[in-house]
Amino acid sequence: MPRVAAPTAPVQGVDSEAKLAFVEFLLTSIDVQESARRAVDWLVAHAAVKEVAVLVPEAASNEMLLVAEHGISSGAIMDFALNRDDGSHPLIAALRSPISLFVDSLPSRHRVPLEANAFHAIPLRSEPSETGYGLLLVSGVGPELDAETQWLGRTLGKQVSRLMGRQLLAETRFGQERMLLYSIINAVTDPILLTDTEGKLIIANSHAEKLFAAPEEASEGWRRAVGLNNMLFSAALSTSAVGMVEMARRELLLVDPLEGSDLLFELLSSRAKDERQGTYVVSILRNVTDLARAKEEIEESYRTLRVAQAEVRDERHRLDLIIDSVADPILVTDQEGDIVLMNTPAERLFNAPGIDDETALRRVRANGANLTSFVSNVLTRSGEQRYRGEIQLGDPLTGRPLPVEAVAGTILSEQGELMWVVTILHDLTEALEKARLYEQLKQASVELERKVQEATAELAQQNELLRRQHIALEQASALKSQFLANMSHEFRTPLNAILGYTHMLLNNVTGPVSDPQRKSLSRIDSNARHLLALINDILDITRIEAGRMPLNATTFGVGELFEEVQSELEPIIKRSNLTVSTKVRGAVPSVRSDRQKVKQIVLNLLSNALKFTPAGSVTMTASYDARLRQVAIAVRDTGVGIPEDDQVKVFEDFRQLDSSPARGYGGTGLGLSICRRLAQILGGTIDLQSAQGEGSTFTLRLPAKTRRR
Amino acid sequence: MSTPARIREQPLVLVVEDYQDAREMYAAYLQFSGFDVAEAGNGVEAIEKTQELLPDIVLMDLALPRMDGWEATRRLKNDERTRHIPIVALTGHALAGHAEGARAAGCDAFVTKPCLPDALVAEIRRLLDAPRSNAENVRDPARPPRSAKKRS
Repeated sequence: MPRVAAPTAPVQGVDSEAKLAFVEFLLTSIDVQESARRAVDWLVAHAAVKEVAVLVPEAASNEMLLVAEHGISSGAIMDFALNRDDGSHPLIAALRSPISLFVDSLPSRHRVPLEANAFHAIPLRSEPSETGYGLLLVSGVGPELDAETQWLGRTLGKQVSRLMGRQLLAETRFGQERMLLYSIINAVTDPILLTDTEGKLIIANSHAEKLFAAPEEASEGWRRAVGLNNMLFSAALSTSAVGMVEMARRELLLVDPLEGSDLLFELLSSRAKDERQGTYVVSILRNVTDLARAKEEIEESYRTLRVAQAEVRDERHRLDLIIDSVADPILVTDQEGDIVLMNTPAERLFNAPGIDDETALRRVRANGANLTSFVSNVLTRSGEQRYRGEIQLGDPLTGRPLPVEAVAGTILSEQGELMWVVTILHDLTEALEKARLYEQLKQASVELERKVQEATAELAQQNELLRRQHIALEQASALKSQFLANMSHEFRTPLNAILGYTHMLLNNVTGPVSDPQRKSLSRIDSNARHLLALINDILDITRIEAGRMPLNATTFGVGELFEEVQSELEPIIKRSNLTVSTKVRGAVPSVRSDRQKVKQIVLNLLSNALKFTPAGSVTMTASYDARLRQVAIAVRDTGVGIPEDDQVKVFEDFRQLDSSPARGYGGTGLGLSICRRLAQILGGTIDLQSAQGEGSTFTLRLPAKTRRR
Repeated sequence: MSTPARIREQPLVLVVEDYQDAREMYAAYLQFSGFDVAEAGNGVEAIEKTQELLPDIVLMDLALPRMDGWEATRRLKNDERTRHIPIVALTGHALAGHAEGARAAGCDAFVTKPCLPDALVAEIRRLLDAPRSNAENVRDPARPPRSAKKRS
């Protein structure tokens, strides 16, 4: 789009702006008087004039009248008239003068409208060679005309010439029509031009002139703009001429010569044929700049609107995505309670899209009703910003109950009116289930605790029962022991008599006894003694079991104990023909224990060994285990030995391995079981190593120091 | 059968036993062994006989009717007249406490039944021959010490 620089260059002098404004005015004016008045005003404002008068001929007469003045008396204005045919009048002569005249002495018979004697008379015409159409009279500027006044005279002359020329034309009949036509086209606000087919201007109305003609004083920019416009116009015409169409309509971009801005015109041109002058073109330009601008603006705002719409759509889409991405149902309801917006999870509950099952739809409606009642609660509580509640909903597809927590917030308009209610539903199923499980767990825990307490109480009760039973058993046991003790006493009393009298008979207290009698008495004696031994052993066991075997701890040496035991059994050892030896291995410390009970055990072990060893030897060995602080007393024989299966049995009550010939070995069968019991109450043990036919070793192990039980 | 102590040739043993067979057996054997023997069947009788006869030694069964041996012993030992007489306790109860009870009551020796007559005689002789170191002996210097050898 070509642009032309605005015509900002000054025309002349300092008053170029004022001159330009004046010229612009003249271009738009088609009235001589109006132009003249403006010229007078301009002069008064810009030149040092005293009186000014403009004389122009009246239409259809020879008289020149005053059409504009300054400083002229009102009487002179009304009365003054000058006959153009009065050739003697210096002012009429001035019309034909090639230059403006300075009149300083005027014969008094010639009337002038001015009061001053000296004035300038400036003929109004377009070329110096022409006769002036009118006169500009100026006083008060001195004999030399100043530049401003000269310029005004020239400019006004051209204007008057332009307008008066037309007036003259109009004076003829033909001219009158032509004038009318001219007035019409001038009245049209659109620029109208009559050109030849080359685009050369023939007639233009004033609006067209503004675009295509530059006045003499126009600036360089203006001229360039006008030139450009002419070029553009010619180009536009020639294109239509090539097409040879009768009527052509096209857009034409021109330049406003004064503003420098672009003007868009719709060019409507048509060809006219005249027999004398040939073909010419009538062109009407319609200014569509504003229209185009408006259209552009509309298009622009439409585009903006489209962009905004797209943005809103995007925003809405994003919002939809966001609220859809929330797993909790979200609903927006208006003040009527109607749902205006909801996300996908909410739709499943309140819309059930694509489902036409009647049951499901009924559930959807029930959900809607529940929501509505909740929302109406929110609506009635206008004061609160947030509202929280629980709603019972149901899954439309399965009918599964769906307890939800509803949190509603209200959105108010700027005026504070409630616009929307936003409700977010949160599935409580899990929370309720958790609460239920927790409750169950709590109950189970309480139940468990109760059961534990019950069990504990029961246990305590049973313990108490057991304790009582234990006491009762102990009492029973003590009673039994007491009974056994008493019984053994009662056994002993007659046995005492039996043994005593047998003894007396054998000692001949009542006289001599025959050998067979003595033999019988000996049998009685030995059986009574065996019975006594049994009773004593039972008494021992009873005492141990009743816990009534007193311990009497002393410190003694094992070696000396061995000697004592050996000497006590000396008669039996002699009868047995066995080699009995004792051995103390290493340093065996003194033992602190119940000497009598230890002795009883060792005696028992040794007499057993002697009893069950037909031939060979018996060895008693003492040794000390420093680590365990234990003294071991082992009695080893080379006797019959005890098969492994029977090694436990020998410690049992009334147990003799070879039960039938019990008399053969003697003994009660209670010896080892007593020994074991005694060893236990001394804090020790007895064990046995043996194999049949390879002898036996009984080992008593005792703590070097017996602790109090 | 019984004679006052001062004129007796043989020591007098008072056998206190409620079981007649045993009492008579011990009595027979003691006489056979060279002692004079007196008999009592219960605690009360034992005290009466002791006070009356003042035997050289008392053989006291502990389990007795009317008054038991412990009580009888305690009374005899608390009596000035009978305090010096040795008492041998005789019991079939070997349970703990019997021996201590007997000693506490004042018994000088303790023999567990069954006890063969010769073992009992040996114990009696031991006691009679033992040098007296108690108060009675000091207060009764007239009684000469007697030895078993002399008697048998």
